[in-house]
Amino acid sequence: MNLTLKVWRQKSAKDKGQMVEYKVTEISEHMSFLEMMDVLNEQLVNSGDEPVAFDHDCREGICGMCSMYINGEAHGPDRGVTTCQLHMRMFKDGDTITIEPFRAKAFPVIKDLVVDRMSFERIQQAGGYISVNTSGNTQDANAIPISKQAADEAMDAATCIGCGACVASCKNSSAMLFVGAKVSQYALLPQGQVEAADRVMNMVAQMDAEGFGNCTNTGACEVECPKGISLENIARMNREYLSASLKG
Amino acid sequence: MATLDSKIPKGPLKDKWTDYKNHIDLVNPANKRNIDVIVVGTGLAGGSASATLAELGYNVKAFAYQDSPRRAHSIAAQGGINAAKNYQGDGDSFYRLFYDTVKGGDYRSREANVYRLAEVSANIIDQCVAQGVPFARDYGGLLDNRSFGGVLVSRTFYAKGQTGQQLLLGAYSAMNRQIARGKIEMFNRHEMLDVVLVDGKARGIIARNLITGEIERHSAHAVVIASGGYGNVYFLSTNAMGSNATAAWKIHKKGAYFANPCYTQIHPTCIPRSGDYQSKLTLMSESLRNDGRIWVPKNMEDVMAIREGRKKPTDLSEEQRDYYLERRYPAFGNLVPRDVASRAAKERCDAGYGVNKTGEAVYLDFKSAIDRYGKEQAKLKHITNPTAKEVYDFGKAIVEAKYGNLFQMYEKIVDENPYETPMMIYPATHYTMGGVWVDYNLMTTVDGLYCIGEANFSDHGANRLGASALMQGLADGYFVLPYTIGDYLSADIRTGKISTDTKEFEEAEKEVTSRLDFFINNNGEHSVDYYHKKLGKIMWNNVGMARNEKGLKEAMSEIKALREDFWKNVKVPGDQNEMNPELEKAGRVADFLELGELFAKDALIREESCGGHFREESVELDGLQKGEAKRNDKDYAFVSAWEYKGDPADAILHKEELEFNDIELKQRSYK
Repeated sequence: MNLTLKVWRQKSAKDKGQMVEYKVTEISEHMSFLEMMDVLNEQLVNSGDEPVAFDHDCREGICGMCSMYINGEAHGPDRGVTTCQLHMRMFKDGDTITIEPFRAKAFPVIKDLVVDRMSFERIQQAGGYISVNTSGNTQDANAIPISKQAADEAMDAATCIGCGACVASCKNSSAMLFVGAKVSQYALLPQGQVEAADRVMNMVAQMDAEGFGNCTNTGACEVECPKGISLENIARMNREYLSASLKG
Repeated sequence: MATLDSKIPKGPLKDKWTDYKNHIDLVNPANKRNIDVIVVGTGLAGGSASATLAELGYNVKAFAYQDSPRRAHSIAAQGGINAAKNYQGDGDSFYRLFYDTVKGGDYRSREANVYRLAEVSANIIDQCVAQGVPFARDYGGLLDNRSFGGVLVSRTFYAKGQTGQQLLLGAYSAMNRQIARGKIEMFNRHEMLDVVLVDGKARGIIARNLITGEIERHSAHAVVIASGGYGNVYFLSTNAMGSNATAAWKIHKKGAYFANPCYTQIHPTCIPRSGDYQSKLTLMSESLRNDGRIWVPKNMEDVMAIREGRKKPTDLSEEQRDYYLERRYPAFGNLVPRDVASRAAKERCDAGYGVNKTGEAVYLDFKSAIDRYGKEQAKLKHITNPTAKEVYDFGKAIVEAKYGNLFQMYEKIVDENPYETPMMIYPATHYTMGGVWVDYNLMTTVDGLYCIGEANFSDHGANRLGASALMQGLADGYFVLPYTIGDYLSADIRTGKISTDTKEFEEAEKEVTSRLDFFINNNGEHSVDYYHKKLGKIMWNNVGMARNEKGLKEAMSEIKALREDFWKNVKVPGDQNEMNPELEKAGRVADFLELGELFAKDALIREESCGGHFREESVELDGLQKGEAKRNDKDYAFVSAWEYKGDPADAILHKEELEFNDIELKQRSYK
């Protein structure tokens, strides 16, 4: 198929940036979206232009590196996939596709479609861990049984890949789904409960300091999340936060 | 010829590591604060090493080319992690895990390293559970296990099909705790472009800030390389797009020997390629072989009918199918090790039985499993005469619970429902057992320069067993390196901060800058990918799943010619002083163009078939094992460690003879 692409080009963080139109031809429906971008870039390199910078790495939907806001949706029109798993069969011949970076105050653009997600790193550093040394002197792994349900729910929360689609999809640029998932994973496991109160307070404080917005229960994050992280995690974080605040 | 000193401790195998730990020099906590360690790469090995070294008190500088340690390609490992816990009571032990790993590696790994790996394996699971890794559990709340290829016990721990992700996030969380405390200084979006040696010791690196293009000097008392494998030398592999060999290759050029580059794992269960535009291949966890049965049609007419769309795989009766692994290897069936499964698929496809348009695909079928689980569930639910639909629905639910995310991934890529029709799979490059040569301390042939995880060569011999990569990465990083590096650093407590304002740093920086300038100013004809794809084709055709003398010699001369053309005609757009992904790729492909030639040379001198290295000239000619790989222990029970001498073709071979005292060398039989 032949397509028109409107791509956000921005030379650097300081540059203003603009949409630029490109044509690509003979795109196979079996290609992934990023393979289509490879075709565009090969075309640009061969004609002496600078290729479009975009983040990507594993190309199998797990590293969380790829982003892109495609036709007004984080990771594009398909559900439960990242941009690298989006296939061109979701589009039709003659389509015009708009491709922008994830937009949020806490995700400044570095170049073209590449954004800076260091704010997520700082939130994790504020409490996204259990304070246990890697000495190997911990107790036997089976010493504390954990109900299958709790383990499964913790696993579902831990599935988050930290891509930032939740923030990009939210009208308030809220990071509550991302933070809620981490808080939940540890809150559901006995090992995480020792520091649960401090963790939620510190992570939420950092989230606010980074300039992420609040949650107003629209639920767009859950819809666009490539890993299906549930809104329940936000509710659980709110409960954890409330009980931690009451404990003072 | 120089001999390599592997520094294996004396004494009985099972006591070596304990005795070693009891006798090494330690660094006192106050002195650790004055010692800096650089770790390049933050996957399972680098991430766990960074966290542990920081906890011990060293100042760690960690480098990742992605925007976060959580993105390292360890994250893509699906199936699980082995540990000799014997929770299932099925006879597992340190010795058995050691034995399986040495045997699975076709007797080309170092006994002492592998035994140590087996010993620390159990502790990894304890550690990860304490960190909050949500491993799968049974209804009693205890940890669940699955079994993997090449072994007869269930010792694989898993977190859905995302075990690598959960383990990496565990190591990442341990890192975050230390980053917050200032004990790890994290350099995201940085790429190491050279190592700096001072008086023969590794004392720092030159790195490029991938956002600004700035070239930076970083010093330390020791440097640890944990940059992963070199599978992307094939262009198409299951590695991430950015996975590269640059750090490993750069240290090789500065004096670290490179070992066994020809030992590469071609993983049997990947999604077949669909066209020339393909940028990478996707792996489906080997755990699928627990329940999936692999087959191709028995008759050529059916193959043609399927390829032309006249028949569907489900139209074929049991008698019309060739479950070739079950036929050839009745003892292990679909659970033979990866190298055996991959070659068997290639054998059937080369014979013309491939089931897709390119002729490079076999079926992986879950129908029997759905049926078996369905009947079991019906019984549990006290349904005496279940309908076919009930059996199917019950069975499907079980298969979905076990492999749901993999099935979904397959459906998204191929656009077919694998519950209804068998999956199509074909082997693809996945893991590299070869890598930088290290001694028992995980130190390379350069003082103070360490190499851990997939980037080194030490534990998997000629073939890695499933679920052992995660085990090795974390063993090296959490439990081995933190001890061994201390023994070395104990001599460095009076050295003081290493200055970067020296001629050694200046020269290394100049070399790096001039190379980057060359790329930007070359204005050649062809893109970097043009060369990478050509290299990949040469490697896959001549140095792939089956190799022979003629093809390897051709590969060496073709790669050399391609490399010369690359340095004349490569085109890199943009500037040095900005984010420039094409420039990053150019440097990586330049290194692959050298590594590829050494790889072929290594495969050429190893005139035997072992593990992932299959020489067509070396096969069993008769008996039960007819057509199987033939190893030659008399002449080739050694590690090839290559010394850099300019052109890869001129590299000098050093041999580390492998001694087997605790295990009897046998032909690997999975019959």
